[in-house]
Amino acid sequence: MVVLDGRFAGLPPYVDEQVDEAGARRSLREQIARLERQLADAVVASFPQTRLDISPPAGGGVPRLLSLAELEDERDSLQRRLREARAVLEGRGAEIERNRILLERMLLQPKRYKFARMHRADVDMGGCGAWQVRPRLGLIGMMMGWWQVKLSSGCPLAT
Amino acid sequence: MREPALGWIDPQLAEEFPKLRLWQLRVDAADHPSPPAIRERLRILSDRFHGAHAIAMRRDPVPHAYRVFFRHIGIDPDGEERTPVEAAALARLKHGGFKSAGLVADAALLAVVETGVPVWALDDGRVRGELGIRPAGPEEQLGAGELAADVRPGRLVVADDAGPVGELFGALSAEHVVTAATTAMRLFSVQAPGVPGIHVEEALWTCTEALDSV
Repeated sequence: MVVLDGRFAGLPPYVDEQVDEAGARRSLREQIARLERQLADAVVASFPQTRLDISPPAGGGVPRLLSLAELEDERDSLQRRLREARAVLEGRGAEIERNRILLERMLLQPKRYKFARMHRADVDMGGCGAWQVRPRLGLIGMMMGWWQVKLSSGCPLAT
Repeated sequence: MREPALGWIDPQLAEEFPKLRLWQLRVDAADHPSPPAIRERLRILSDRFHGAHAIAMRRDPVPHAYRVFFRHIGIDPDGEERTPVEAAALARLKHGGFKSAGLVADAALLAVVETGVPVWALDDGRVRGELGIRPAGPEEQLGAGELAADVRPGRLVVADDAGPVGELFGALSAEHVVTAATTAMRLFSVQAPGVPGIHVEEALWTCTEALDSV
């Protein structure tokens, strides 16, 4: 086996003088469009339970023809924000999964989760209401160990 | 100019965005308070807009095309400058409804909310020649006289033969805006790449129809 890196180590790096800048710009614009679509999907998927902050670090810029470097910056900024948004969504997904398991356990063994409370929003369900482990027949149930899970009624009526 | 006509695009800009278009249409109309029918349309439209819709619209083809174009020209649509339809949706959520602000503003609002395509109106008597889009040159101003504002060189502007009449997706020159003395207007719309032409036609038609309702 011959290691080529060692033999050409003294040569200057290859630079193509005829760079197709228009092609590079076109490619960057396509990447920006694709990232914008993915970021929009992430924002819509998170609504309304999770709030994603995807606002830019400073201002919003003015309309102008962007240089290649500015297009690259825009692409990189979108990539970073998309990565952050996906991390938040993954964290939220894991939290929901944990809450669903806990709810299953509450329903199976209410006695082990006395007075535990789980809101519908905690398991990514719409509407109002919460599951709560409560004693059957109040004080008697507490003393006898009769526990049950009750789902509270819906949203409060508008006044 | 009875039918929408194409405006010009700076060659460098056209090379970068071959599908970018500016459409313009001359309309004989004046600004008035909106008639009850237009205010009723705004009220009905307000009922169709909810928070979820305002969030989800970024995935619709036309708003998406404007968002992408905003990013391509250096504006972050999640920052201070929103795309026109999202700005309208945000105002709707803030104020609890679309507020009437005179016939011209209401006609443009109806157009952007119903089609996603923004429409602006200028006083036709003050526009010199055809409208187009180009980068601002050095020491240019928005309009003339005491109210003229400086425009940063390189900033994309909508211009006529005499100079910039407004910033692209931004403020219009105080000299060219529609006033009580206006008898004819120049409507214009910017078709971002990816927006079907029929949406632009519909936007201009919606605006014209509203202006004709008086």
